[in-house]
Amino acid sequence: MSAATTVTTTDARIPLRAHLRHTGALVRRNLLWVRQNPESMFDAILMPIVFTLLFVYVFGGSIGQALGGGQDDYVQYVVPGMMAMMGMSMAMSVGTGFNQDFNTGVMDRFRSLPIGRGSVLFAKIAVELLRMLVATAIMLVVGVLVGFDITSWGGLLAAVALAALFATALMWVFLTLGVVLQNAQSVQAMGFLVLMPLQFGSSIFAPTESMPGWLQSFTDVNPLSSLADAARGLMVGGPVAHDLWVTVAWSVGITAVMAPIAIHKFRTKS
Amino acid sequence: MTRIDKNPDGASTAVSVRGLVKHYGETKALDGVDLSVREGTVMGVLGPNGAGKTTLVRILSTLLAPDAGQATVAGYDVVRQPRQLRRVIGLTGQYASVDEKLPGWENLYLIGRLLDLPRKEARARADELLERFSLTEAAKRPAGTYSGGMRRRLDLAASMIGRPVVLFLDEPTTGLDPRTRNEVWDEVKTMVGDGVTVLLTTQYMEEAEQLATELTVVDRGKVIAGGGIEELKAKVGGRTLRVRPADALQLRPLAGYLDELGITGLATTTVDTETGALLVPLLSDEQLTAVVGAIAARGITLSSITTELPSLDEVFLSLTGHRASAPQDAVPADTREEVAV
Repeated sequence: MSAATTVTTTDARIPLRAHLRHTGALVRRNLLWVRQNPESMFDAILMPIVFTLLFVYVFGGSIGQALGGGQDDYVQYVVPGMMAMMGMSMAMSVGTGFNQDFNTGVMDRFRSLPIGRGSVLFAKIAVELLRMLVATAIMLVVGVLVGFDITSWGGLLAAVALAALFATALMWVFLTLGVVLQNAQSVQAMGFLVLMPLQFGSSIFAPTESMPGWLQSFTDVNPLSSLADAARGLMVGGPVAHDLWVTVAWSVGITAVMAPIAIHKFRTKS
Repeated sequence: MTRIDKNPDGASTAVSVRGLVKHYGETKALDGVDLSVREGTVMGVLGPNGAGKTTLVRILSTLLAPDAGQATVAGYDVVRQPRQLRRVIGLTGQYASVDEKLPGWENLYLIGRLLDLPRKEARARADELLERFSLTEAAKRPAGTYSGGMRRRLDLAASMIGRPVVLFLDEPTTGLDPRTRNEVWDEVKTMVGDGVTVLLTTQYMEEAEQLATELTVVDRGKVIAGGGIEELKAKVGGRTLRVRPADALQLRPLAGYLDELGITGLATTTVDTETGALLVPLLSDEQLTAVVGAIAARGITLSSITTELPSLDEVFLSLTGHRASAPQDAVPADTREEVAV
């Protein structure tokens, strides 16, 4: 008997194992993209080198002085901050890449297959997290070369994990933008508009004490400040607990709100 | 509600559409469409751009939710049982939906894995389908480097991985050159030979005649005609025989002679003075034979003879009284006549 005569009244559920298998297959696809198109790794490789050197040599002297030392003190300050930045930049590229996918017919094919529609998004995030780890590793190597002192390997790993958790939350935001907005350019423009003030209006690159009061009230609630301060505490010592929990709370909160929205928008996109 | 309708001849209905409606703002992309495709047949959905063909396919393949009405594919409801439905369909979109950055083989392997084939089987299926669609040599090249026809074949191969019960082909040859188009037609015919039910959308009467057993003509979201291909062809006047006498002076006398004999189709013969040809409407092969016989009996030398299918425009003209091209609507009523002149 052909399947045309199969009659059922309820829709089938997709088992967890199948979800993992589908996500795995799609991760493989996204990794093959990188292999076919190695230039796509340029941002993950060059950005950490350029930014780390730029900040250390351009601002290192003067901000280091303000910190009560010199460039070496700034290196200790900015390297954990850069960790927060890597996640931000990778999160933005997840949105643009995803948007480009939609403008080909591939997404139609995926959406007409019996797979959980979250799998396409999970796979994208998994590969983007890998790119973020590559970028972070390169940034740390450059940091060490210009004098960063790793005081605690455990703390370093914890900081990387925290940055990855926060980056995942941001990726859901950018995936949503990637689905909703018309083209990759708008995703990028929107991304810059949001990211620039968030990055610079935080404690990533410079201590906030010398900023005007109104800006400080923003930097204080900016989750990137919490992430940078938590990473700093974990990597070079200092208070950690408060910023750590604030960052975790932000990450969980953003994910809880944005992940269902992203999946829903993906599911219903016409 | 997922009951399978039985046709008088006992065959199951593979696709059943009842009163399907889809709006985009003010525009009614689908305005109460009814359609039924018997298992193992090829349904051609013929219509101009903007008639709602793609919207119909997108609803049937669960990419779009209908606003009203009901549709089942292989017995599964498009709204309530999308996952089961997706398992039994194949989709080839208007634009080849393959991953251009991925090699051909990887495209097929990925789909196989997403359809829950074990690794080994997914590999074997990818090899098998590349072979069948003559793409083995290009297996390792990114699909982006393929020609239009190769890409379309890869797309067809991808829709066949899950051995679908119903295959949706949305304008499968739009944008292809005639030779490549024939290749794609051959592939589709092979698939049909394997027993797949096909719903095909097209803008070309010729494509519908090549592939479809039944036809539904849609315009502005509504079904305006439907039935067997032969039946419809009779309705729209069938083929046109184009003959060119070697001596142009023979044109008019020949036209008069053929009309007198009364052996041609519904319309009378017309003279195309520009090309020096006579257009004879035909309803059957018998009429074709009779006309050619009559010309030969009269001893008239012909320099060329061809038969033509009615164009979509002509089909529409005879079914609806207006041309298929949509822009007419954009012209205000008072200026329309001037434009038509």
